[in-house]
Amino acid sequence: MRGAPETMAVLRPKSGAEAVKLYGQQTKAVPLAGGTDFMVLWNLGLLNGRTILDLSGVRDWRKIAAARTGVLVGSLATHAEIGRHPTVRAEFPLLVSACATIGAAQIQNRGTLGGNIANASPAGDTFPSLLVYEAVVRTVSPRGKRKLPISEVFAGVKRTTLGPGELIEAVELPFLDKRPSRRLFRKVGTRLAQAISKTVAAGILRLGKGGVVEDFRFALGSMAPTAVRLTEAESAVVGFKLTPAVVDEACRRLERSVSPIDDIRSTREYRLEVSRNILRSFLEGNQ
Amino acid sequence: MKLKVNGKSRSFAGAPFKRLIEVLREDFGLTGTKEGCGEGECGACTVLVDGEPVNSCLIPVCSVEGRRIETVESLGNPGKLSPLQEAFMERGGAQCGICTPGMLMTATAWIKGGGSAAPGAIRECLAGNLCRCTGYQHIVDSVARAVKGKGGGKRR
Ligand SMILES: Cc1cc2nc3c(=O)[nH]c(=O)nc-3n(C[C@H](O)[C@H](O)[C@H](O)COP(=O)(O)OP(=O)(O)OC[C@H]3O[C@@H](n4cnc5c(N)ncnc54)[C@H](O)[C@@H]3O)c2cc1C
Ligand code: FES
Ligand code: FES
Repeated sequence: MRGAPETMAVLRPKSGAEAVKLYGQQTKAVPLAGGTDFMVLWNLGLLNGRTILDLSGVRDWRKIAAARTGVLVGSLATHAEIGRHPTVRAEFPLLVSACATIGAAQIQNRGTLGGNIANASPAGDTFPSLLVYEAVVRTVSPRGKRKLPISEVFAGVKRTTLGPGELIEAVELPFLDKRPSRRLFRKVGTRLAQAISKTVAAGILRLGKGGVVEDFRFALGSMAPTAVRLTEAESAVVGFKLTPAVVDEACRRLERSVSPIDDIRSTREYRLEVSRNILRSFLEGNQ
Repeated sequence: MKLKVNGKSRSFAGAPFKRLIEVLREDFGLTGTKEGCGEGECGACTVLVDGEPVNSCLIPVCSVEGRRIETVESLGNPGKLSPLQEAFMERGGAQCGICTPGMLMTATAWIKGGGSAAPGAIRECLAGNLCRCTGYQHIVDSVARAVKGKGGGKRR
């Protein structure tokens, strides 16, 4: 079976408001942003007969706008557009690095941040960076608008907490109050481009007076059904100096926040080992 | 539905969810664009939308209405090749040719965007275009030659 276009109905809203109205009336419709997740399955003939909510006419949701408190990234902004935006580049380099690893240029030119989030793959490469920056997802539905911390968006493998008729409108990235002393983005895959992550990590760390850690945030993807912040490891570090004992303890606690699996790309043990090594070298300051 | 393809306005009245690659090949007779995998992996189907390389196998035509689309047919023709196409001929950048239209389009965007001739940078820019024949070196050489010759994708 292949994708059969004549079986598809297409709704083509011209504004966010119209998209919400149409989706509210037809909650079984499938929103389509860049299509880089959806079309792969559609081409296999797995999604014939659906109604599509084509978001390509919703110009407003493509914008990236810098404000006083942060940057508002429209859900339809592509990975390439995010990577080019000067304020995002200056203030949210971990997101820029993540977007630069999504597929290759062709995918980055079409794939969107909203699509990456809504698809909720355990291997979604932007999620660790979004968790570290404590991004807030703005949604809209006929019931009104919601603001969800990114950590509350993912419900499981390919599942989100979005309700029927609810669309992602934008993602808020609040500025950090102070510059981190160290930061890290690392994606481990089989090859540089087009590879699904075996593990993906993002972190920031800020040292205060006397080498005491004032802020430490670390998140991993592909290590559990959803991407996770290592809250246990973080609390072993914040308020302490980075002594070998503190680093050891943080690495020991990593396992409490994740539940990696054996799959076709890697084993559980390999994933744990690699992510522990990434965490350790980040804390030891030799990434 | 109105589309801008290789500088000409075209209209399309078929199913709005028909894929761009099929509209180009079947409805507009532009068969230069090839389909390899249909999964976004190989880049054989690469065309430019508003100057940026994208996989036409993953795009329903309704989602690029009114956008500027360029295919390999926009570069040159057998009588007058573009400098990039000439470089591919001289440096052996094409063997079976299936990947070539996609390679040419990605490289065209690279050259127009002021991309460098450094082999590492060219390899990265072509990461979404797979080739099972050449081993890539000849393709990288071809693109580097075109960049050095200041040859863009357009006919000069
Ligand atoms: C070859 C290839 C390589 C890839 N490599 C990577 C990679 O390295 N890392 C990675 O993380 N991903 C990768 N992907 C997956 C994909 O490109 C990304 O997840 C991309 O960000 C999806 O965005 P999109 O706009 O194309 O989504 P679409 O396919 O348009 O949509 C995806 C899902 O999200 C829903 N949706 C989209 N927009 C909204 C919205 N505004 N509100 C509510 N729901 C919405 C859709 O209904 C659909 O279910 C790859 C895909 C391919 C084909
Ligand atoms: S045919 Fe489109 S990427 Fe392979
Ligand atoms: S020349 Fe045959 S696939 Fe590249």
